[in-house]
Amino acid sequence: MNFEFSDEQNLLREQAHGFLAEHCPMSKVRAVLDGEQSADLELWHKIAEMGWTATTIPEEFGGLGLSHLELAVIAEELGRAVAPTPFSSSVYLATEALLLAGSTEQKERWLPKLASGEAIGTFAISEGPSRTTPANLQTTAKSGALNGSKSAVPDGDIADVAIVVAKADGGDGASLQLVELDGKGVNIRPQRTLDFSRSHARLTFTDAPCEPLGHPGEGWAHTEKLFDRAAVLFAWEQVGGAEAALEMAKEYAMGRYAFGRPIASYQAIKHKLAEAYVKNTLARSNGYYGAWALNTGAADLPLAAATARVSATQAYYYASKENIQTHGGMGYTWEFDCQFHYRRAKLLSVNIGSEGLWQDKLVTALEQSNAA
Amino acid sequence: MDFNDTPAEAAFREEARAWLKDNAPTEAELADLNFMQQSKLWQKRKYDAGWACIRWPKEYGGRGATAIEQVIWNQEEAKYPDLPGGVFSIGQGMAAPTLMAWAKEEHKQRYLPKLASGEEIWCQLFSEPAGGSDLAALRTKAEKDGDEWVINGQKIWTSGAHYSDYGILVVRTDPNVPKHKGLSYFFLDMKSPGVETKPIKQLSGDANFNEVYFTDVRIPDSQRLGEVGQGWQVSITTLMNERASIGGGGAGSDFRALLDLAQTVTINDKPAIEDAAVRAKLADWHCKRSGLKYTGYRSLSALSRGETPGPENSIGKLVGAPMAQDMASFAMDLMEMSGAVWDEEDSPAEGLFQATFMAIPGFRIAGGTDEIMANIIAERVLGMPQEPRLDKGIPFNEVPTGAG
Repeated sequence: MNFEFSDEQNLLREQAHGFLAEHCPMSKVRAVLDGEQSADLELWHKIAEMGWTATTIPEEFGGLGLSHLELAVIAEELGRAVAPTPFSSSVYLATEALLLAGSTEQKERWLPKLASGEAIGTFAISEGPSRTTPANLQTTAKSGALNGSKSAVPDGDIADVAIVVAKADGGDGASLQLVELDGKGVNIRPQRTLDFSRSHARLTFTDAPCEPLGHPGEGWAHTEKLFDRAAVLFAWEQVGGAEAALEMAKEYAMGRYAFGRPIASYQAIKHKLAEAYVKNTLARSNGYYGAWALNTGAADLPLAAATARVSATQAYYYASKENIQTHGGMGYTWEFDCQFHYRRAKLLSVNIGSEGLWQDKLVTALEQSNAA
Repeated sequence: MDFNDTPAEAAFREEARAWLKDNAPTEAELADLNFMQQSKLWQKRKYDAGWACIRWPKEYGGRGATAIEQVIWNQEEAKYPDLPGGVFSIGQGMAAPTLMAWAKEEHKQRYLPKLASGEEIWCQLFSEPAGGSDLAALRTKAEKDGDEWVINGQKIWTSGAHYSDYGILVVRTDPNVPKHKGLSYFFLDMKSPGVETKPIKQLSGDANFNEVYFTDVRIPDSQRLGEVGQGWQVSITTLMNERASIGGGGAGSDFRALLDLAQTVTINDKPAIEDAAVRAKLADWHCKRSGLKYTGYRSLSALSRGETPGPENSIGKLVGAPMAQDMASFAMDLMEMSGAVWDEEDSPAEGLFQATFMAIPGFRIAGGTDEIMANIIAERVLGMPQEPRLDKGIPFNEVPTGAG
């Protein structure tokens, strides 16, 4: 048993931290929030040059062939920096979907471009404000033509390729369809989001050319598997963000005086931040197990992933809102940085399904392990 | 990172498992013994075979095992939940580490093996009526008389004082200096003349704790641990180990029982576990217990590298105890009107949830209240400043006190 990241992985974390401190200070996040761009594509290309987008892609497809532990380390730092890039969509979702279900030909065509950051990928599942199931999917794929409309597609406005969940007649009721977004029959409408530094779009398909990724009728199983894997990586981004929010709150409380002493000396503030520390610690520890389960393909990945995801969602939400509260009135201003974590925490908490959805998955996994 | 056993760990696990299988006392063996006799029988059997206090050095009765081996042993022993234990935890978990860090060699050789074998039981005499969360405000005084100290005062919340052979004790040796500086630390024979123990009846109806009165009790100076005036520092050794050893009051087994309960009882004719609100709560508690488990594993990695467990261990009790309370309360809600019934025959899990509900308020206080634990995290982990203290730098005998 060994419950720590390796020295190499810790070194990678330090490198990633240093790189993002230099190239992604809060002023960059603010520039995206204030400006017209939906992501910092300059940063995106620098990240790709670092090889982060290529982390888990095998060398034969232009990647680095590293493990998901390295990717977890990078995710944590991206979360800490609140990086305004399409990393989660392109790497945790599109790249991982191709690795999971793609044919050799599809991998050869797309993975080198995703590895180099030349192409941005995304994953489109939601069709509106409800929990998506195979039964309520409206998007259809017949004879290579996709019809339907997807909402809240992360980075849908800047992505080159999308993996779309469509209805299928047989099997588990769904298929994955690969669609090039610059092709005909694709209408892209950017949607305003809670977190302006993370763009979403509505994608409407009218006989858009598509090709299946994996067997039709296995699309839902692939989606569940993909989301279990992505949940661990999202959790690490959330843990990174939660720790940054706690750090921000603590720094402010140490320097802010009221009634003649730092507000950090009041137990009302200390207990609030101690609670954030506890939530962050539990989330981080669950993240360790999730990362290990993901990396080794352990049978209890569904339970480990859901546990990491629920903990991290709760930790980031708590830290981000109590960071504002600790700052008092200044925390509620546009000028202060508290808003970035508050926005990002909520966005990440629904991106691959809500807290409730993951609580439900968690208990399903527990029931299965209890029966086994 | 690898959560699986290495080949050496797997071999150790197999050895532990095999020994437990052959040596765990049977129901018949334990039938005619009281709880103390059962506990001593099992502890001695482990000791004789080298399976007691396995992390301790062999010369003090242990096995010289690694931290990971200790965890493996705990996991395997926990598979026999009916084995008696618990009466040794204060002595082995708190007194022994303090002795190991501060006692003379001859005392270590004299006392540690008998702690390991369960032949001698120790208790901890720290808290006082006027010194709980503010432990350093304790008033029991020790005055030097030749080679001995004369102790007068009162301790409270002492678990097992009535059956203990020895005790660790913090007292005030100098009231003329600020409170932390005037303390000294001793161990004593609980059969010493002038020691009087009275049980405290708890709100649960049980009496696990005692008041202990000292009237002109004499302790040889050779039984002092640390220098005169160094008692606070020695106490910290004990308290760090206390926080590591007081867990969440059985939150682990309670969760499993709660999961079973939710699959058994119904809400509107469907298993309760199908209810979304029930699922959300179960998920949250699982996240906490899982997070605690892996936080423990991470501390273990630090321990294996030779680092001491840090104050981050405080989260175990802070998370575990309130969670056990909430789970017990929720389990009774799931039973609807029957939740009020605490009856071995009629209550699910033989009344485990009702028993936990009544026991857990004590866990949230013992070894540092939730509020003290949160302060420890804020101050020692996050580095936030203490509240201003009105007794700071003032001689103890000039500090304002209330009626108590």
